[in-house]
Amino acid sequence: MVRTGRFLVAGEAEAFALVLAEPLSFWGGVAVESGAIIDQSHPDRGKNVAGRILVMPGGRGSSSAASVLAEAIRLAVAPAAIVLARPDPILTVGALVARSLYGRVCPIAVCAIEGIATGDRVRIAAASAEVAELHIWR
Amino acid sequence: MSLELSDLDRALLNGDFGQAAASAMSLLTGFAEAIGASSLLDISRAHIDGCLYHGEVNLDFVERLAAAGGRARVPTTLNVGSLDLIHPELVRLGPNERAPRLRLMQAHEALGCVASFTCAPYQTSFRPKFGEQVAWGESNAIVFANSVIGARTNRYGDFIDLSCALTGRAPAWGLHLSENRLGQILFRLARALDSRAASDGLYVAVGLLIGAASGEAIPVIEGLPPPRDEDQLKALGAAAASAGAVGLFHAVGITPEAPTLADAFGGRNPQRIVEIGPDEVARALRQLSSAPDGAPLAAICLGTPHFSRTEWDRFLPLLRSVAPKSGVPIYVNTGRATLAELERERLLAGLEEYGLVVVADTCTYVTAILERLDGVVMTNSGKWAHYAPGNIGVQVAFGEIEDCLASAASGRVVRTASW
Repeated sequence: MVRTGRFLVAGEAEAFALVLAEPLSFWGGVAVESGAIIDQSHPDRGKNVAGRILVMPGGRGSSSAASVLAEAIRLAVAPAAIVLARPDPILTVGALVARSLYGRVCPIAVCAIEGIATGDRVRIAAASAEVAELHIWR
Repeated sequence: MSLELSDLDRALLNGDFGQAAASAMSLLTGFAEAIGASSLLDISRAHIDGCLYHGEVNLDFVERLAAAGGRARVPTTLNVGSLDLIHPELVRLGPNERAPRLRLMQAHEALGCVASFTCAPYQTSFRPKFGEQVAWGESNAIVFANSVIGARTNRYGDFIDLSCALTGRAPAWGLHLSENRLGQILFRLARALDSRAASDGLYVAVGLLIGAASGEAIPVIEGLPPPRDEDQLKALGAAAASAGAVGLFHAVGITPEAPTLADAFGGRNPQRIVEIGPDEVARALRQLSSAPDGAPLAAICLGTPHFSRTEWDRFLPLLRSVAPKSGVPIYVNTGRATLAELERERLLAGLEEYGLVVVADTCTYVTAILERLDGVVMTNSGKWAHYAPGNIGVQVAFGEIEDCLASAASGRVVRTASW
């Protein structure tokens, strides 16, 4: 299946999907040294975002999530890319800061997420600086 | 919607104002595009919540801007840091933990930010005026600026507040625009609560209740008894921003954009009406306390947000008259400017014998200050009670300031206010 979306942070990535039913706050929700989901109230607690295409409805919570995502990118335990149903400015800032400081890109794209399941292989390609092309297969 | 940049924005982005301003502008435009803003607007002040150390990335970000010659383009204050630079001995961190925290605070000063290190910048000489467009971080400061003063800011934070300061610009969206400042949910206080008008606990409880029930919507409070001073509204806002995502509330007849109920809602109907009675207030305050009456105390923590001069003027005579001698430390957080004023007037002399420990530049729930974490800590702050159990792992008892002092005298939790 192929889908187009809009880049908040442009880039390319390919990895297995981790699809979350609920938005996740990186601050207080993700262990910055490992990428594990630690939010006690999150249904996907215990899973790990590192190296996955993280697919979720949106971000949530405190602006400190930007620091946590940027620090996770610095420590190489961030998702390979993030796909959101709704744009999230806080995660966007975290990824932009890490790109400008460390040259490491964690692409963020907004598109419909229905039909993507955990374990699907997802490849994100840049059709242009704004347009993301998602290839999804299982 | 695409983002339209002004000539100034383009000049900033092109590096005409230096490399630091250009990278701040690039981050700001990325953020503005993500939220769908169509343009940027001028701001007159900024308040930066960037001095708390979360990791190396915070230091890398600020030091790189400083090395590139970055300067704040508008008057810019700083929120609390992880250290008390006035009383360095109070913070229990080793040299390796201290060094990056100090560098982070100093790098912000190098960008031309004012070394205010307070979460109550609205009670300093940098207080904005009604209608001013500002870019503020720190949840309690944001809600106070919007609600009590009628200045205009969104809920800014990490990296973006500083990008606004270095460019003097912010996205024209959200609470910067009149049409997004109208009330959406009505909270109606029961008449029975009028009798508790002067009680600090009522304002904390109302804050917790509107915070928990508002989600992203703007709450309007009808029937709030007139506050004794703005510090009661400060406590309300801080509690609301801790229990939820409130960036602006209106209190009918009290806050400047809500002279009447119709003004608060812009003539529209509330989406929802929530009734608040004595039972809801009592329950909200009970939920703040995980410790029973009579529990032995490890400390009292006051001044979250930072104590104003008015709060000191009320607290100091109470402290002298109760004269606690149990040895329980009474920590009070305050801004360094307020502290300097108190010291100039010699108002704190001899109070250490009652256990008073004044903390500046930081706050007792964000860093390692408390001597003991094994007992119960009593506080008059809804915000402190909300965050401290998770942040520093203490058990909390909430009480009004009179009860905090009575407890300090006995060494155990005493509560006389009957909610």
